[in-house]
Formats: sequence, structure tokens, C-alpha cells
Amino acid sequence: MLSEGVWTYAVIGGEAAEHSFGRLRGVAGEPVRAVTGSGLTAAVGTVRLDEFGEEALRRHLEDLDWLAATARVHDAVISEIARGGAVVPMRMATVFLDDARVRGLLAARHDDFVSALDRVTARQELGVKAYADPKALTGECGSGEHQSGEKLSGTAYLMRRRRALASQDDAFRIAAAHADRIHAGLLKHAVAGKRKPASDRRLTGRDGWTVLNGTYLVDEGRVDVFRAAVATIDRNTPGIELEITGPWPPYSFAGDVVGL
Amino acid sequence: MTLTPRDDFSPVQQASGSSLSGPQSTNLGDILERVLDTGIVIAGDIRVNLLDIELLTIKLRLVVASLETAKEAGIDWWENDPWLTGKSSQLELENERLRERIEELENGNGRRRAIKGQATEYEDAE
Repeated sequence: MLSEGVWTYAVIGGEAAEHSFGRLRGVAGEPVRAVTGSGLTAAVGTVRLDEFGEEALRRHLEDLDWLAATARVHDAVISEIARGGAVVPMRMATVFLDDARVRGLLAARHDDFVSALDRVTARQELGVKAYADPKALTGECGSGEHQSGEKLSGTAYLMRRRRALASQDDAFRIAAAHADRIHAGLLKHAVAGKRKPASDRRLTGRDGWTVLNGTYLVDEGRVDVFRAAVATIDRNTPGIELEITGPWPPYSFAGDVVGL
Repeated sequence: MTLTPRDDFSPVQQASGSSLSGPQSTNLGDILERVLDTGIVIAGDIRVNLLDIELLTIKLRLVVASLETAKEAGIDWWENDPWLTGKSSQLELENERLRERIEELENGNGRRRAIKGQATEYEDAE
């Protein structure tokens, strides 16, 4: 009966020495090691199946604390490996039964990994989010608001509510237009870019609307230009606040060439 | 503008297991949307369909579609606006106010005053 599995973090080019990942520790606190084959290296860790097996994973993934901690470590390992060169990140919770199965993967998907590595070599992924302040966008200042209710007739109340909705609608249109323009502007400085759905507010911890959740693959030599472009847009767009994250390992782009 | 450097990684912290309580400047949502949705899809031997995980799909991932998609899909994005949350209580309040106005008007008693009063309130409201 198997009690251990092989958690995979990333695939890199070349066949690395088994202990080339130094002191890196993985999701189970295990040392990260190399499995090599077909001219590629998978960064993996041995994990217990009673915590990382099918049933346990299904249970754990519902546990936000476990999920958060595991996601952070998975990301941290990949990020650290990415500092040394191009990586193809593996999706969290990709677990094999043994090293032979990982070698099988490297052989079977060799061409896909090579294409993906080519795509992301000497490039970084940067995230850019735009938050909109609806009031600032419509030039409406909150000071004219009545205290809720008293002495306001039903009709006046309805009119006020209609005005508020109309102005929200205006703000929405303005914000959406800004988001399109910002995304198009940033694409000029990037190899590729994608718009992702906005994160839940409970995760962003922000009050404003997330009108753009973009992520961009940028040539290393153009990262400063890209960051400067973000700063300029941020300065020149009242009511919109930009936030830049990264550099990330190329999570959002490594799969582009594979067509999956 | 908020710059968020990814400085929350240290192999030493990792080894001691304290990375979980260490500085976490990187937003969890940003990490999750990437590590769970990373572009290259490999089927491991341990099959866990992430889409089956209720917490992930319902509570974390794609909870709010992008604004334009939401609009196209007819989602009332402003339902989340603080001003309009507790929708039912707002409606109740509204109904109550309307009922009061109708009663006042139907009452005949002080009818002129009511109409005049309404006009005045209009001006206040503008």
C-alpha cells in the first residue's frame, strides 16, 4: 500500500543535479528535489498521501487556512526556482505516485514543456489591478447626501434613489472604459496580456470596484518601462487606482503554446 | 499606487515552518488565482478535480465576474453596493413611507398642507 506521493512544483530546462534546489522546502516541509529525464527537470517533493492523497486533498482544499498556507508555499517554491531561470509552473495539487511517473510525464510532454519554456524565457509575469472609486469617477461628492431618511417624502426618496442608481451606472461605464484603455495601453509594453475575473472583495480587502484584473508577460528588459507606464496611468487617471503585483512565475502564460 | 513586492519568501523561514506566519505582503487571491489556474494542465495520478471543490468555486474563484461580463450577463453588480445592501429593508422602508404619504393625502385632513409640504420637501431634496 502506497503511503507517499510526489508533489510537483515546476519543470525547468536541462537535467539538474538531484539536490540543486538547495534548502528549499515544500508544502509538507519536505526538501525539494529534482527528477530528471528527457533533457528536463521536474522540481518535486515527497509527500504523505494521508495528507496529500486524493481523499485528503479534497478535504483540505475546502479548508481555507490549509489552502492558503499550501498555496503560499507552492508559489514560494516556484518563485524561488524561477529566480534561476525559466520555469513552467505546475498547478497546485498535481501529485504523482512515484518518480517514474514524473519521468514518464517529462518524456510524454517533452515538446510541450520545451515550447512553454521558450515562451517564458527571459520574461516576467506582472499583475496590474485597477480599482475604481465610483464617486470620484462621476465627480459626485458625498457631502450632499441627506442623512438617511427623515423628513424626506416618498417621492423625493425615490427620485434620490433613481439619481443614485443613474450615477452608479455612469460610474460603471466610465470605469469600464478606463479599464479597456488601461489594458490596451499596457499591452503595448508587454508580449501578451490577459484579463482575469476580479477577485472576491473579501480576498482583495478593497472597497473600490476591481475594474481590471490584468496580467502581463513582459520582456525582462522592458519591465522598468512597463512599471513606469503603470505609474503614469495611475497618476493621470483620477478615480482609478492601479496596483502592480509580481514579478510572478509565468503562471498565466506557460500554457499558451501548448493549446490547453 | 501600491507596489507589492514579493518579499515573503525565505528558504530559512520555509525550513523552520514559520513562513506561514511570516510577512505575507502578497494577496492570497492573487496567489490562488494563479496556482489554481495555471495555464499548463497536467493530469497527475492523484485526481482531484478543483472544480468540484465547493469553497474554491463558490467562495474564492470568479466570484465577481469582470464588470463588462457581469453587465452582459445581466448581473446586478450594484447589488453589492453598501448603499443598496439590505435591499429588503430598503424596500420595506420605501413602502412604509409611501403608505404614510397615501394615508396623509387620503385623509383629506390637512390636504392642502400636505401638498404644499411635498413641494417644499422637493426643494429640500434637490
